[in-house]
Amino acid sequence: MYPDYMMESIRKVEATRPQRLAIAKKMGKQVFPSMTEDEREHILTTYHPDYKKDARKELRIGPNKGEMITNEVVDIMESYPRYKSSDLDLSKVDYEVDVLVIGAGSAGLAAALEAGKRGVKTLLVTKLRLGDSNSMMAQGGIQAADQSDDSPTLHYLDVIGGGHFDNKKDLVEALVMDAPKSIKWLEDLGVMFDKNEDGSMMVKSGGGTCRNRMHSTRDYTGAGICRVLRDELYSNGGDIKYLEYVSATDLIMDDKGQVAGAIIYHIELKEYFIIKAKTVIIATGGFGRLHIRNFETTNHYGATGDGLVIGYRAGANMLFMDSVQYHPTGAVFPEQIVGFLCTEKVRSLGAQPINHDGELFVYPLEPRDVEASSFIRECEEGRGVSTPSGLKGIWLDSPLIDQIMGEGTIEKNLPAMLRQYQRFDIDIRKYPMLVFPTLHYQNGGLEINAKAETTIPGLYVAGEASGGVHGRNRLMGNSQLDIIVFGRRAGINAAEKVLAGIELGKLTLKHLDDYSKEVEKLGIDKKRISPLILPDYIPDHIKAKQMTQEYLGTLV
Amino acid sequence: MSIEKKMVTVYIMGEPQQVPEGSTIIMAWEYAGFQLKKGIGCREGFCGACATVYREKGDYKLKGGLACQTVVTDGMSLVQIPFVPSEKPQYDLKNLEPNIDTFKELFPTIFRCVACNTCTKACPQDIKVMDYIQQLKRGDIAAAADTSFDCIRCGLCALRCPADIVQFNAATLAQRLYGKYLALRSPELENRLKEIDDGKFDAEIAELNNMGHDDLVTKYYSRQIKIK
Repeated sequence: MYPDYMMESIRKVEATRPQRLAIAKKMGKQVFPSMTEDEREHILTTYHPDYKKDARKELRIGPNKGEMITNEVVDIMESYPRYKSSDLDLSKVDYEVDVLVIGAGSAGLAAALEAGKRGVKTLLVTKLRLGDSNSMMAQGGIQAADQSDDSPTLHYLDVIGGGHFDNKKDLVEALVMDAPKSIKWLEDLGVMFDKNEDGSMMVKSGGGTCRNRMHSTRDYTGAGICRVLRDELYSNGGDIKYLEYVSATDLIMDDKGQVAGAIIYHIELKEYFIIKAKTVIIATGGFGRLHIRNFETTNHYGATGDGLVIGYRAGANMLFMDSVQYHPTGAVFPEQIVGFLCTEKVRSLGAQPINHDGELFVYPLEPRDVEASSFIRECEEGRGVSTPSGLKGIWLDSPLIDQIMGEGTIEKNLPAMLRQYQRFDIDIRKYPMLVFPTLHYQNGGLEINAKAETTIPGLYVAGEASGGVHGRNRLMGNSQLDIIVFGRRAGINAAEKVLAGIELGKLTLKHLDDYSKEVEKLGIDKKRISPLILPDYIPDHIKAKQMTQEYLGTLV
Repeated sequence: MSIEKKMVTVYIMGEPQQVPEGSTIIMAWEYAGFQLKKGIGCREGFCGACATVYREKGDYKLKGGLACQTVVTDGMSLVQIPFVPSEKPQYDLKNLEPNIDTFKELFPTIFRCVACNTCTKACPQDIKVMDYIQQLKRGDIAAAADTSFDCIRCGLCALRCPADIVQFNAATLAQRLYGKYLALRSPELENRLKEIDDGKFDAEIAELNNMGHDDLVTKYYSRQIKIK
């Protein structure tokens, strides 16, 4: 429950609620005006964390050398591999496959299912369990323009405007045109979308969308999809093999410049294995656990940007790695759930962001970077609410939802949110949630084309690890869509390339030794290794005794 | 958050450790010096990887919960359960029918349910697990899919079940059968798929692809927002 001093601010929220409710109930009228192009520009450059003077630094190595990139990304790129090429014997291959998929969130699962269906030998590897991923945690929805008042064209406009017009257009086209058939594919596999009694889709809006196009499975949308894909893989009679608790720590190349497999590391047995593969699909997700600018994160324990590192070291180009998505609504109270996601669907259903004084200060569904920046403005200018542990936040007025949409709406449509807060004795049907932006998504990644190919022959990337689809800011519900569209495309195209015939040359790890030499020239400490594999939350006084405090991401 | 915290004692695999009051079980393990590799996942209550059992001081009961969502108490005994072994039947959804016979064949153990309700008591999501098993026994797949919907497959039900039922796998099948066969299909979706196949939007999309930056910006900011 909230302490008394926070209840005082809640009383102010309650005092203005009837008036705000009345506006919300007026059909066709926005509760607060949307920002203009200039207003968006101003709030982003003034308050968004990406625009802070020290947010980026020059990357001094690899294909994007010379670009200004998010600090924490530069750090994992300017690091050593875990071994020298001479430590590994590539003549002793442990697994030989046609398609190797790295990562078992929904993008990896979709890729593996599509490749496997085409009769090529497919292996899926993941450093935790199948389905352990950000995909499983997504709550709000998946976009698809399937309503009669909507079109793929409007969806395209929303995607590219939300991304500040930086998106690769061929990827946007693929995303929006494949969206309806992705929904159909998921339904045929048994995903239970929220529907009205006549079978029509129950669709909501999201930040930056001009139509209601958000499909959901309650507020377990990611789980509703990912668990079905995982079950399909578990049930397929063993045609698609998978390995759990192994982390891909580098790619293997051949002497013709093609990708030729990966080195994997068993995180408990601490053994390295060699996988020879004609094609490789990186579907390793994002980087939330790098805690950019010390932000709390909504991300899965394994979201350490590993795929980005191994792809980059092998020579793949990155796009938009100067931009980071902070989800506007991360929990800041109670302390046990700080940083956790409060789904955007809370706002889609009518909740409004309210400051300390009970004022609505922004249109609730601006694109995420704009919305988040306005929350930061309120807190920096003294209109936020402080928590007992010294954090600041603004209110997300959730009780409005049942008042606008009818009793029982929260219970039926936001069971995960209701449960999350009930565990800590807060009833979000009666009291608002205290929120602040939280590190949520890697907007950029390894550059792909519409076939999910990188510039390295045989190397594909799908989902959050890829860059270009969302430009510099992704909209709600387009990540769940992205992972299905490009996961499938990667799986299909990799399989077809294999079937068309690939001749691998001699396997080599020369790229790692070359890369290490470059890192060494920068004078980087030898103890700095990447990929991180898992984050480390052991307190400093214990790390000192474990003699691991100087490692960036310990896993030994 | 550098606030001076009161410490409590927890027993990690029997070994006493001092950890800050208010820590979740996961935070307690990490504070004590463990970098967890199994029995840990999303850390937000969505993936079911960190299901565990524990005992509290002075309580004879063995309790269950998610380690990322359960706050430690002074004297609590902690273990990890990294994995719940469970039998997983193989099937191709395309060849199944959404009826009781499918469950008789693939999940015969559910018919051994003695209605003891231990599964429901064990569920950290407060799902009425026993109820959906009864629904499945009656062949009411739609009800079972709905009742079990919030299941995160943590496995605690199966771990405690005296009849050795693997409830969560049966729930997954019920949900998939409902989604594929029993849910009414959306006519708009079918219509849109046909429009896309017929090339209805190709010219509009091509126009956007060829549009210069400034025209695109103008078109974006002048689009009508029609939200219901």
